[in-house]
Amino acid sequence: MPNKNIRDAINETLKLEMRRDPRVVVFGEDVVGGLGGSSGIEEAAGGTFGITTGLAAEFGRRRVLDMPITESAIIGMAGGAALTGLRPVAELMFIDFIGVCFDQILNQIAKFRYMFGGKADVPLVIRTMIGAGMGTGPQHSQALYNVLAHVPGIKVVLPSNAYDAKGLLTTAIRDNDPVIFCEHKAIYTESCEVPDESYAIPFGQAAITRTGKDVTVVALSRMVLLANAVADRLAKEGISVEVLDPRTISPLDTASILASVAKTGRLVVVDECNPFCSVASEITSLVACEALSSLKSAPVKVTAPHTPVPATPHLEQLYVPSPAAIEKAIRATLAG
Amino acid sequence: MLSPSRLHIPRAPARPGEAPDFSYLQLSAAGAVPRPEITVNASEVTGLATQLVRVLDNTHQAVGAWHPHLDPAELQIGLRHMLLTRLFDERMQKTQRQGRISFYVKCTGEEAVSVAAAMALEPHDMLFPAYRNQGLQMVRGQPLVALMNQLLSNTGDMCKGRQLPVMYHSSAARLFSISGNLATQFPQAVGWAMAAAIKGEEHIAASWIGEGSSAAADFHHALLFASTYRAPVILNVVNNQWAISTFQGCAAGDSPSFAARGPGYGIPGLRVDGNDFLAVYAVTRWAAERARKGHGATLIELVTYRASAHSTSDDPARYRPRDEAERWPLGDPIERLKAHLCVLGEWSEPRHTALLEELEAQVTVAWKEACIFGTLSEGPRLDPALMFDDVYQHLPPHLAEQREQLRAARAAQGKG
Ligand SMILES: Cc1ncc(C[n+]2csc(CCOP(=O)(O)OP(=O)(O)O)c2C)c(N)n1
Repeated sequence: MPNKNIRDAINETLKLEMRRDPRVVVFGEDVVGGLGGSSGIEEAAGGTFGITTGLAAEFGRRRVLDMPITESAIIGMAGGAALTGLRPVAELMFIDFIGVCFDQILNQIAKFRYMFGGKADVPLVIRTMIGAGMGTGPQHSQALYNVLAHVPGIKVVLPSNAYDAKGLLTTAIRDNDPVIFCEHKAIYTESCEVPDESYAIPFGQAAITRTGKDVTVVALSRMVLLANAVADRLAKEGISVEVLDPRTISPLDTASILASVAKTGRLVVVDECNPFCSVASEITSLVACEALSSLKSAPVKVTAPHTPVPATPHLEQLYVPSPAAIEKAIRATLAG
Repeated sequence: MLSPSRLHIPRAPARPGEAPDFSYLQLSAAGAVPRPEITVNASEVTGLATQLVRVLDNTHQAVGAWHPHLDPAELQIGLRHMLLTRLFDERMQKTQRQGRISFYVKCTGEEAVSVAAAMALEPHDMLFPAYRNQGLQMVRGQPLVALMNQLLSNTGDMCKGRQLPVMYHSSAARLFSISGNLATQFPQAVGWAMAAAIKGEEHIAASWIGEGSSAAADFHHALLFASTYRAPVILNVVNNQWAISTFQGCAAGDSPSFAARGPGYGIPGLRVDGNDFLAVYAVTRWAAERARKGHGATLIELVTYRASAHSTSDDPARYRPRDEAERWPLGDPIERLKAHLCVLGEWSEPRHTALLEELEAQVTVAWKEACIFGTLSEGPRLDPALMFDDVYQHLPPHLAEQREQLRAARAAQGKG
């Protein structure tokens, strides 16, 4: 099976879905790139991170639209277009820009189906880039998926590897509810085996990325990579860590989390977001409410501090949950 | 008979491999555009939104009603600021390439837009820049070391390591903090201007936005408020033809210009040659006087060209012809002012070379000094405890606790 990185897996999925269904369209800023000259596809910029490279060349400029820089309009019009039966994949360059289009998401797109008495499908995907690690500072490094997961009516997807990115994006595009697809900017080049053909991964199904019996580590997005590495290291010491990647946080695979904790009796949650009202809090509360009796020690949350993201790499490194912090948390649950 | 509705999908005039094409640009001859009274109503001067105010003609003479009649000494100062801006940009770009700073944004070709405007304003007027207005920082005398410290995110950084490089600010120099999220400065500038008027102050505000960013709702809200309250503010759209890979026509739509957005809101819109130092100076003076005398806001479109990449993370060869910058019909702002000064007999090649050397040395000295405050790889580093400051006025208990946890964790690793 070929190796592909997350960036290429997403690009390939967009192509496959656009070939499969003419209703799939791509909207966003700088998504077309340099198309139009004699440059050929290779030179076409295709998004500031190259994710949409080649789409306009293959599917034409009616299905891949560069839009003026106004996210409130891009997301609002994509919502309107979705109601007509088009299946837009709208790009919100950085999730931080949700500030300017949140009304369309919160009060419109998320609630269309409900408010219209169930008469409308909203097959809209919002692809967006999340996370710290690239020195992009307080306005371009937030994760914020917890804010979206709080809103009923939208689904929130957090792929941590290329295989999942492809299968989850396929599901997202075929889903009739609005989906926010959160790509972590610091892991685009992470690669793994990804089949060429199309496949779908259902939402609400966690993946166990490391099997273990001593402690359950639920990790989100890029944090899965860190948790896996820590688990591998601790395995050499005889500490058996189970790493669980929920893959979607809305819906959340609560059954798999509870089953894992029932087995290990210990829980660590690793979440890059700010801790207050976070997915980490949600998962620990789930376990406290539903599985208190299986807990051998208090759950530990490993998160960013409750501050904005600093830009300078030296501080940013201290800001993001580190392998050392994850290891410390695991040891704490084992000691307790 | 009904027919299917149609969509217009705008096309850039030229993409890589094609010949640059600026035939879409409406140009006026130098001196051809009238200069109205500052009391004029927007509806009386709608023509100014599509013509192009120019002062410097093809023989490098200053002509027409907009000629600001500046002292040659002032022009020499303008040239110095523009040159310093360009040299600073070049050097910082190089340091980014060497991995010594993480990110940089040049304004090459757009120096007059910021330098002439800042010189036309009073030191107490409040400026709300976008990220490509470093000329404002130069005119307002921001020390190069302060700018470099911000770029280095080091112990001398005014932002305490918190903001992306180039997001400078200075309350002393009355330069508002630059935002990574576009367009927010426009309503803020209007708010500042309204507040100044409410408090009875004589200062005005000015803000700059890219033509691409003018698509944002904030731009439109700002114009409406500026119009409704006749706020003492100057709103500048820097039309450098490109917003990353998207050409200006995407944000313009079928409007003939960005200045033409003004009259729709009841605000005069002036379109000006952004590479003509004298023209930029003159229209800014006009707008400033209008604002100061209570006649309200002005929208200025500065027609210029982004000769550099969008940022150090961008490669424009992927979306526009390689030789587009060379074909830009409005030339280079530095070369044009230099030529004008030479025609006046107030400048010469030897003086130019000497100035370049002096400014290069100034940048070199400043860089050495800035590095003492720390670089990405060497020297002192910001105290991690700083991460918890300034989230609120007073450090709340939960942040005090998190700060202590970080300190303890670092101490356990033998750091800090
Ligand atoms: C709200 C928001 N949307 C998108 C971006 C990403 N972005 C940064 S700069 C830029 C292009 C801006 O172009 P323009 O306003 O023309 O200014 P220029 O870079 O040409 O000076 C874009 C899309 C952003 N920073 N903030």
